[in-house]
Amino acid sequence: MKKLRKFLFLPLLILLAFTLTACGKSSGNVYQKVKQSKQIIWGVRADTRLFGLTNVKTGQIEGFEIDLAHALTKQMLGKDAKAEFVTTTANTRILLLKNGNVDAMLATMTITPERAKQVTFSKPYFPAGSSLLVPDKSKIKNVKDLNGKVVLAVKGTTAVDDVHKYAPKAKVLQYDDYGQAMSALKANQGVALTTDNGLLAGIAQENPGYKLVGGVYSNAPYGIAVNKGQTDMIDHINQALNELQQNGTYDRLIKKWFAGIPGFSLKGVLK
Amino acid sequence: METFIHAYSWVDIHFLLQGLWVTIYVSLISIALSFVVGLILGLLRYMKIKYVSAIVGFIIDIIRNLPLLLIIFFTYFGLPQLGIVTNPTTASIAALVIFEGAMLAEIVRSGIGSVDPGQMEGARSNGMSYSQAMYHVVMPQALHNMIPALLSQFVSLVKDTSLATIIVLPELLYHAQIIYSQNTTYLIPMYVIIAVMYFIVCFCLSQVANYLQKKYN
Amino acid sequence: MWQIITNNWGAFLTGFWNTILSSIIALVFSLILGVFFALLEVAPPKFGRAIAKVYISIFRNIPLLVIVMIFYLIVPRYIVKLSGFQAGTIGLTLYTSAFIAETVRAGINSIGTGQMEGARSNGMTYTQAMRYVILPQAMKIVIPPLGNQFVNLVKNSSVLAFVAGFDLMYQAQLIAFSTFQTIDTYIIVGLFYLILTLPLSYYMRHLEKKLAK
Repeated sequence: MKKLRKFLFLPLLILLAFTLTACGKSSGNVYQKVKQSKQIIWGVRADTRLFGLTNVKTGQIEGFEIDLAHALTKQMLGKDAKAEFVTTTANTRILLLKNGNVDAMLATMTITPERAKQVTFSKPYFPAGSSLLVPDKSKIKNVKDLNGKVVLAVKGTTAVDDVHKYAPKAKVLQYDDYGQAMSALKANQGVALTTDNGLLAGIAQENPGYKLVGGVYSNAPYGIAVNKGQTDMIDHINQALNELQQNGTYDRLIKKWFAGIPGFSLKGVLK
Repeated sequence: METFIHAYSWVDIHFLLQGLWVTIYVSLISIALSFVVGLILGLLRYMKIKYVSAIVGFIIDIIRNLPLLLIIFFTYFGLPQLGIVTNPTTASIAALVIFEGAMLAEIVRSGIGSVDPGQMEGARSNGMSYSQAMYHVVMPQALHNMIPALLSQFVSLVKDTSLATIIVLPELLYHAQIIYSQNTTYLIPMYVIIAVMYFIVCFCLSQVANYLQKKYN
Repeated sequence: MWQIITNNWGAFLTGFWNTILSSIIALVFSLILGVFFALLEVAPPKFGRAIAKVYISIFRNIPLLVIVMIFYLIVPRYIVKLSGFQAGTIGLTLYTSAFIAETVRAGINSIGTGQMEGARSNGMTYTQAMRYVILPQAMKIVIPPLGNQFVNLVKNSSVLAFVAGFDLMYQAQLIAFSTFQTIDTYIIVGLFYLILTLPLSYYMRHLEKKLAK
């Protein structure tokens, strides 16, 4: 009996500790870790066409950011290095970084001052901006028309704050990923879907009968994020990004994914 | 009708079956582990060991009265802070085991409670130790009494795996969502087929419950 | 942790209120539906029994989330507009009603056929016997398990978070992602849920013990 008690106390203690623990702890130097393992775990999106989307045929994620992650990994750690991917949703990105589930986040993440308090960003790698997707017949022309209407967005995206700022009377409904948000738009749960133009261009391409309106009403450039304090890692990412932009790899990837997408201009994106 | 035929192309069905497989194996592992956890915790709670039973009982009650969704968030975001790195699969299994383990513990406790206390006394007076009597006499009868409740809890567990889409566990519902978010005309065909798939899996499990219930009554 | 509560007090309260509201609406309607299908399942007509069986097994064997998604994404496109709160509450109602039907049916069956025969031989019709003799006794027996179903209902109402139903869990997600204090926020929300569920489940256990005596 005594043995049994001892044996059972352990999991209980873990459970208790688990419910009580609320403070995070930072892991060691991420760059040293990835250099040794020759592998970088990237947090990526799997619900955004053009950036990162699961291919139903192969089960693999495909998109600009996936290609960029592969290129960055090889640039940083050599040709034999491997890029691993963890699927994230908009609302879990910062948590996964802070928790150490991923080494770096390359997931349509807009650089904002609030986020910069939590994580460290690289230099911008994509000049996105918030825009609107509406049905073709919609009377909505720009973000101001959203006052008093229901707008759909994704939990944890900057577009939510932008709507509050530019159309304070709009009601915002938030979903866990773009698939659900777009399905909700089709189910007439709201009049418009708002997020970054690059993402909306991908959604519009897939859904005839919907168009982008109002141009870009708020700039929201994307940056690669690492956990706060991982300066070694971010320096190497910035350096690799510069090298990719100089040797033409970056432009090649941009053209591969974004050339000829309606409602999207390559101007200002190509270096 | 044509959309249905297109939606059920081999590529899509194959992708859904991959999701179904994740649903099934996450369920099976969780069922096995949560059964063990539930059995141990239920016994501990029943045995009325000083302090231990009270603490175990308190923890079980807390967990039982929280939404599973919340526990999924705790295991996904909370465990890494204790130094245990989780991915969606391990976090889902951990959450299911914690939650269903607590639910099962309650079933086990009332199952043992349903056995006539005279059985235990009789076995003890025949020279068996407490654990022998529990193992050989009381537990078999208790398990037999709780079969229906256990199995319907297992069915709930299978259904509850769908909640793990929120942390991107690539299970059946999530795979269906990927397909219909890339081609929204497939929305209805996808929900029809996954409802059927879930139904088949859970219905088979419920039928086992009914069968066992009839057999022993 | 206090700061999260004081800064987001309004959001927590909205969520808390919507969770309570959704749970109560779903409870009332799922009780009505559940008792109806339980009666249909034990009544003599074979056709009614079959319908009740199909209804119960459909809603017992499909995940709640799938049911709610169907009401949120498919029904509004073709039939009638439903908000996340409405779709979620309808899904909860149908899902829970199947469990209540099973519970009530078991209660009715446990009363035994003797009572029914006795009442019938005293000149009552089937409906009268059911209404005045069987059902009152059955409902008394099933109060504790029904209470547990209500606890489950409150917990299950968290699926509203998937469809922007403004319930406690939805608000929790939004607060967690804006304050980045995930674990703290979820602990607070857990306490809110416990305020609702814990007293109820202790009371049901107390009733159960009382009934067993």
